Amino acid sequence: MRELIWRELTQAGEEIIREFAHLLPRLIEMLIITLVGWVIAIALKWILRSVLRLAKFDQLSENSGASQLLNKAALPSSTELLSRFIFWVAWLGFILLGVSVLGIGGLQAHISRFFLFLPRVFLALFIIFFGLLAASFFSRATLLAAVNSNLPSPRLLSTSIRTLLIIFVVSMAFEELGLAEQTVLLAFGIAFGAAMLSLAIAFGMGGRDLARQFLEKRLVREVKSEKEDEPSPL
Amino acid sequence: MVEESVLTDDLVRQLINVGEVDILVGLPTHNNARSVEPVVHAIQAGLLQGFPRERVVIVNADGGSRDGTPDLVTGASIDDLRRSYKGYALRTLHSISTRYANNPSARVGLRTILAAAELLRAKACAVVSPESTGMEPDWIPRLLRPVYSENFDLVTPIYRRHKFEGLLVSNLVYPMTRALYGQRIREPYASEFAFSARLGSHFLAHDPGNYDSHGSGAELELAMSAITGGYRTYQSFLGTKSQGEREGGDLVPAMRRTVGVLFSSLEANFAAWSSHAGSQPVPTLGSESQVTLESIRVNRKRLKQMFTAGVAELEPVFRSILSSTTLAELQRIATLGDDDFHYPAELWVRTVYEFAASYAKSVMSRDHIIQGLAPLYRGRIFTFLEENRSSSAEEVEKNIESLCLEFERLKPYLLEVWNTKK
Repeated sequence: MRELIWRELTQAGEEIIREFAHLLPRLIEMLIITLVGWVIAIALKWILRSVLRLAKFDQLSENSGASQLLNKAALPSSTELLSRFIFWVAWLGFILLGVSVLGIGGLQAHISRFFLFLPRVFLALFIIFFGLLAASFFSRATLLAAVNSNLPSPRLLSTSIRTLLIIFVVSMAFEELGLAEQTVLLAFGIAFGAAMLSLAIAFGMGGRDLARQFLEKRLVREVKSEKEDEPSPL
Repeated sequence: MVEESVLTDDLVRQLINVGEVDILVGLPTHNNARSVEPVVHAIQAGLLQGFPRERVVIVNADGGSRDGTPDLVTGASIDDLRRSYKGYALRTLHSISTRYANNPSARVGLRTILAAAELLRAKACAVVSPESTGMEPDWIPRLLRPVYSENFDLVTPIYRRHKFEGLLVSNLVYPMTRALYGQRIREPYASEFAFSARLGSHFLAHDPGNYDSHGSGAELELAMSAITGGYRTYQSFLGTKSQGEREGGDLVPAMRRTVGVLFSSLEANFAAWSSHAGSQPVPTLGSESQVTLESIRVNRKRLKQMFTAGVAELEPVFRSILSSTTLAELQRIATLGDDDFHYPAELWVRTVYEFAASYAKSVMSRDHIIQGLAPLYRGRIFTFLEENRSSSAEEVEKNIESLCLEFERLKPYLLEVWNTKK
C-alpha cells in the first residue's frame, strides 16, 4: 500500500517535472518576449513623445479644449498621456503574445479578439480628439462671429454649437467601438431633435422680439445704415 | 526672373506685341464696370501729360469679371484726350487685359502686374485702384516721377481724408509699421502706389505668398518688403480719397488684410524690426497730411456697446491671448459709462503688442486672433472719436503722432512679450 502510494506520488511528481520541463522553455520564451516588448514599448513611447513635442501636440490639445478636460481630471498632458497609452498598448500586446506562446487553451481566441479590437479603439480616440478640436474651433468661430456681428447671446450660441458637436462626436466614437450602438444612435437622435425643436420654439415663441430683431437685422436694409455709421477702417 | 506660371500664353503674346516699355500702369479689376472708365481716362490723361515721350502700357489684371470690365478698359478711347491735350504724344499708348483667374485675388493680380512689368523691362510701374473715381490725371506723374526720374523704389500716396476716416490705418497700421520698421509711411496699405523694376523683381523673388489665406494684403507686404530690403521710399500727396472709394468698409476683412499681414510679417522680419528703435521721416512731395473736418454721422454708442459686449463675451478667448494685467484693465474700463470711458493709448499699444505675440505663437487659429481684436479696436476708436470730436486738423495730427510715439516707446514691451511667448 505504502509502495503503491509512493509510486503514484513519484509518477505524479515526475509528470509535473516533465510538464514543467516542457513548459520552462516556453516560459523563458514568454519572459524574453515580455522583456523585449518592454524595451520596444519604452522606445515607442520615447519616439512618440519626441514627435508629439516637435509637432506641438500639447498646443493643439490646448486649442481643442482637451487639455482643460485633462487638467480637471488631474491627468498629465496629452503628449504624456498618449505616450503612456502607446507604451501600455504595445507592452500589453507583447505580454499577450508571450502568453499565447504558453499554448494555454481558450486564451488564443481572447488574445486575437483583443488585437482585432485595438484599431477600433485607436479610431475612436482619433475621432474624439479631432472631434473636440473641431467643436472647440467652431464654437470659438461662432462666438467671434456673433460678437463681431453684434448678435444677442453669443455665448449661448457658441455653447450650443460646442455641445451638439461633442454629442455628435461621442456618439460616433461609441458607434466605432460597437458599444450600445442602437441606444447611442437613438439617444443622439432624440437629444439632437429635442435640442433643435426647443431652440426653434424658444426662438419663435419665447423670443419673438429677438427673432424679429434678428430677421430685421438680416433682411432689412437698416443694417446698412448702422454699418455706415461706423467709421471707415481703411 | 519672370514667374512663368502667372503669365498666361495669351498675356505673353500680348506683351510681346507691345515690346519693351518705360512705364507700366497696372489696373487690377473685378466687376468694376461702374467705376473703371473714368479711372482709365484719368490714367491715360496722366500718362499723356506726364510721359508723352515714354513707351507706356496699361495692363489690366482681371479676376474674372462678369460685367465686361476688361472690354471697358481696353476699349477706352484716348482720341478725345489727345485732342484736348496741347502737347504731342510721340508713342502709342497700349492697353491690354488678361484674366488671371475666375476668382479675384489681390495677390495674384499684383503678381501678374509685377511679372508683366518685369517681362517688358518697365523702369517704373504704378498700380491704381479701379474704384478711385475721384482720381485726377496728375496722380500718375506724382506717383511715377519719383521712381522714373529720381531713382526711388516705392512711392506711397498721402490722401486728403476726413479726420474720422481710415481709423484702422491711423490707430494701428501706420503707428505699428512705423514703430517696427522705423519709416514714417502714412499709407503702408495703399490702393495706389508706384515701384521700381528693382523692387518689383525683389518682391516677385521673395514673396512667400503665404501671409494670409485670402490672398489679400499684398500691397502692405510690398511696402514692408521695400522697407526691410533697404529700398528707397517716397510719399506723394495725391488729393482727396473719399470713403466710398476705399474698398472694405467691413472691419474684420479689413483687419485680415492689414493687421493680419502686419502680424505675420513679424516672424519673417524679426531681425529687421527687433534691432532698432525710433523712426525716420520719408521724403515727401506735397503735404504730409491733410485732414478735413466736416461733420459726419458716427454711431459712437454702438462702438462702445460692442466693445463692452466683446470684453465680456470673449473673456475665454482673451485669456489665451492677453496678459492677466491687460485683461483686468480692459475689464475695468468696460464697466465705465460712456462719459467716463477712456481706452488709454498705452493700454491700446500693450493690447496690440500682446495680440501680435500671441499671433506669432499661434495660441489659437490666427484668424480668430484677428477677429478677437475687432471689438477692442472699436473701444479704442470710441476713445479716439471722443478725444477728437471738436479737434482741429493740427490737434488730430498731434494725437496720431502721440499714439505713434507710444508705439515706439513700448516697442521693448513687444520684444519682452515676444520672447516670453516664445
